[in-house]
Amino acid sequence: MLTRPDVPATAMEGPGHRGLNLEEPLLFEVGHVDATGVDLPKPPAVNDRLGKFARKSSLDLAGLSEPETMRHYVRLSRQNYAIDMNTYPLGSCTMKHNPRLNEKIARLPGFGDIHPLQPLNTVPGALEMMEQLGSWLMQLTGMNAISLSPKAGAHGELCGLMAIKAALRARGQAEQRTVVLAPASAHGTNPATAALLGFKVETIPARPDGTVDPADVKAKLGPEVAAIMLTNPNTCGLFERDIVAIAEVVHAAGAYFYCDGANLNAILGRAKPGALGVDAMHINLHKTLSTPHGGGGPGSGPVVLSDALARFAPTPFLKLEDNRPILVEDVSQAGIGEEPFGRLTAFHGQMGMWVRALTYLLSHGVDGVRQASEDAVLNANYVRARLSDLMTQPFGDKPCMHEVLFDDRFLEGTGATTLDIAKALIDEGYHPMTVYFPLVVHGAMLIEPTESESKESLDLFIDAMRRIIGRIKDGGGAALKEAPLHAPRRRLDETRAAREPKLRWKPAAA
Amino acid sequence: MRYLPHSEADRQAMLAAIGVSSIDALFADVPAAARFDQLPDLPMTQGEIEVERHMKALAGRNLSAESATAFFLGAGAYRHHVPASVDHLIQRSEFLTSYTPYQPEISQGTLQTLFEFQTQVATLTGMDVANGGMYDGSTATAEAVLMARRITKRSKSILSGGLHPQYRAVVETIEDMSAGSMVALPPDPNGTEDIIAQIDNETAAVVVQSPSFYGQLIDLKPIAEACHKAGALLVAVFTEVVSLGALESPGSQGADIVVGEGQSLGNPLTFGGPYVGLMATRNEFVRQLPGRLCGETVDAAGRRGFVLTLATREQHIRRDKATSNICTSSGLCALAFSIHMTLLGGTGLTRLAATNHARAVQLADALAAVPGIEVVNDIFFNEFTIRVPGDAAALVNRLTERGIVAGLPVSRLEPTRPELANLIIIAATELNGDAERERLIAGLRKVL
Repeated sequence: MLTRPDVPATAMEGPGHRGLNLEEPLLFEVGHVDATGVDLPKPPAVNDRLGKFARKSSLDLAGLSEPETMRHYVRLSRQNYAIDMNTYPLGSCTMKHNPRLNEKIARLPGFGDIHPLQPLNTVPGALEMMEQLGSWLMQLTGMNAISLSPKAGAHGELCGLMAIKAALRARGQAEQRTVVLAPASAHGTNPATAALLGFKVETIPARPDGTVDPADVKAKLGPEVAAIMLTNPNTCGLFERDIVAIAEVVHAAGAYFYCDGANLNAILGRAKPGALGVDAMHINLHKTLSTPHGGGGPGSGPVVLSDALARFAPTPFLKLEDNRPILVEDVSQAGIGEEPFGRLTAFHGQMGMWVRALTYLLSHGVDGVRQASEDAVLNANYVRARLSDLMTQPFGDKPCMHEVLFDDRFLEGTGATTLDIAKALIDEGYHPMTVYFPLVVHGAMLIEPTESESKESLDLFIDAMRRIIGRIKDGGGAALKEAPLHAPRRRLDETRAAREPKLRWKPAAA
Repeated sequence: MRYLPHSEADRQAMLAAIGVSSIDALFADVPAAARFDQLPDLPMTQGEIEVERHMKALAGRNLSAESATAFFLGAGAYRHHVPASVDHLIQRSEFLTSYTPYQPEISQGTLQTLFEFQTQVATLTGMDVANGGMYDGSTATAEAVLMARRITKRSKSILSGGLHPQYRAVVETIEDMSAGSMVALPPDPNGTEDIIAQIDNETAAVVVQSPSFYGQLIDLKPIAEACHKAGALLVAVFTEVVSLGALESPGSQGADIVVGEGQSLGNPLTFGGPYVGLMATRNEFVRQLPGRLCGETVDAAGRRGFVLTLATREQHIRRDKATSNICTSSGLCALAFSIHMTLLGGTGLTRLAATNHARAVQLADALAAVPGIEVVNDIFFNEFTIRVPGDAAALVNRLTERGIVAGLPVSRLEPTRPELANLIIIAATELNGDAERERLIAGLRKVL
């Protein structure tokens, strides 16, 4: 039915532009199947070899000329929030600055224009680059083995749990150990990954201080437990202070410790996960090492492995021969003491992200990496200190790591909700913090400023928060239900989207 | 350090506001044994000049496709021309440095491009609906098999011998680790296997790649019919999305789930990743699709807008009951794909595909005229297999010494099958002109 976006009654006639806010129709409403932004030579004349499979119908996809293409996407881009615009305090997501040097390096022909199946003797620099990144990550985590190939954090979880399953098989215990323990505060990917591999997920409780008690873990452990999945620092922004004791009881019970490394950016250069008893941990290069989030990827999730799991690392993996990195691509090429559990992806993994991550590490240096972690933790605590008089914290006012967690008790009786604060922040020019996660905290607001924010920029964010909360406490909570008023769109009807799914454009019925 | 804004004075002022005397106080919960007493022996902060020098030296040791005198390697990743505007647009800060669009009021740019991407992928594949992208073609194939198992409530999958060997390995790993069962047919260079004979009432998914790994075009229709008769689903796979500009879509041939690699449009080779997996299906199966889905709705003022929807399939809502564990996927690669597709338009893609096919036909004919070389495939798109006298890997290496990247010796991915040791898979695209083809032929005549 809709061929042009509806415009509000208050807007001007026409396409709905207001000042610099330009509305943009769908590509399919402005483009044409014969329009093109690519001039291609006429194909050489040949007798085709397509047999009976040659396409008979024309491909009904709209195209645009190059200037129209630029406008289409530039206009759309301006309806997005971005780190390069302002603070992006999305807890657990680590929206830090994305250095442009990393983009430049990833586009060098020697990295961007090499094929994954070229003869390996034509890509020694690529293997050396992988070796250097792997070495940085192993040294910074204090672990001795790494699998670079997982394509995102959740893929890294899959890698880690598969290695654990392979280790259990080697011990003859895979049939018996079918349970994975995870706290209720875990990222959804943890239980989803465990379930994908057929594990039953059991929840471990948290103490009143927001961390896991080794005694509670011990009570859940038994001959049926394969592993524990624990995020550290955890999703409440707290360092699991009894993590060594937890690892000990887990290992004593014959199970493995998978550490969700999503929050490694708090401790990189300050703490060695390898000394905490970790058996496997993924590192989100798109969080901790600043490869851009790109509106939802690509990510990269290398996994460091303990000595107990190293030999089960999937193909491909690197090993050194005469100090030169060799790539083992096929299970049949594995050497003595190498028992790869299989393969997670075609080719080798996210080369483009590895290049950016190594560039990040070289730029920071080991001293800068440590400073970045310290500044991230400093910034989160500064926000905590300056908002703790107005907001409530689920586990009391005490130091946090790289993110600070608030609950919604301070909103009781005001008529306003966590969601209202999030949407009011949009009108103040900010992307909201993570809301309603972790699930264990009522009305959670998880703020992660990252090290990229200056003190001045944090002060402005804090001022905006204080203004919003001040308005709520002065009885203005109800007005926030209308927020946002100044964004490209008001609140969207998500119920309607799910009830009558409209997942693609279709031409209006003739 | 240029990326860290604080001065020492800022840090001190902030510590004072927090009420602690030093940063160490904020790390008090880290056990002593896990602290770095001294920093590991790694380089210290460096400026752009030094870092660039280091990285350029590494990059300079690799033979890039553009610096090869002839380059005909494909086998799942293809060298195509990417218009300059694609890379410019995906580097817009608003696309590059934004998160997954969970706050739709300030993410309409990403959401609308996702909706357009879904429409493009559904149209190309001839399916009802596509998701917002997967990591790559191989992981999308594994997800398709899992999806078919959920829909059919059966556990067996049958993989064609024409499936890319590394895709096969990815599916095999998932099946092995998740209590599925799998039958993989032996490698099938010229598309003569009888996969229909393998389908039974236990079969959840039949996975067929066309054009196959070896380049052969496969008739999906009879396989789809046999699948449906047995209550199984046909998973159609492609690794070269440009082929959809020249070939009847998998959807029109009866596929139930279509998955493939989208790298060829918008995305550089980059040694294998990041790429973007494409995944499409029929409306009736949409609630079993993994990954993000963007849907149309309206805002409080009645204006059209877009949101992520049907999130009850996803891990952040359903946790251990989710359709997949996938979270961060390939957003920016999907955007690059979509922009390139927009620049081409339907007619442009058809023309690009025709050029690719014509270049491959010219190459196949030229190779067939070289004594000792046999072209294995009778029908193909932009890629085919040749049989050479002797060891294919050794031949490819001899050509590499002359700066020619001739193709993939099949033994690289099938090292345990000596019967394939004399096969090379060769791809041609719009970038391979007459002179490049002649260099390959001349090189071959010299080293054979």
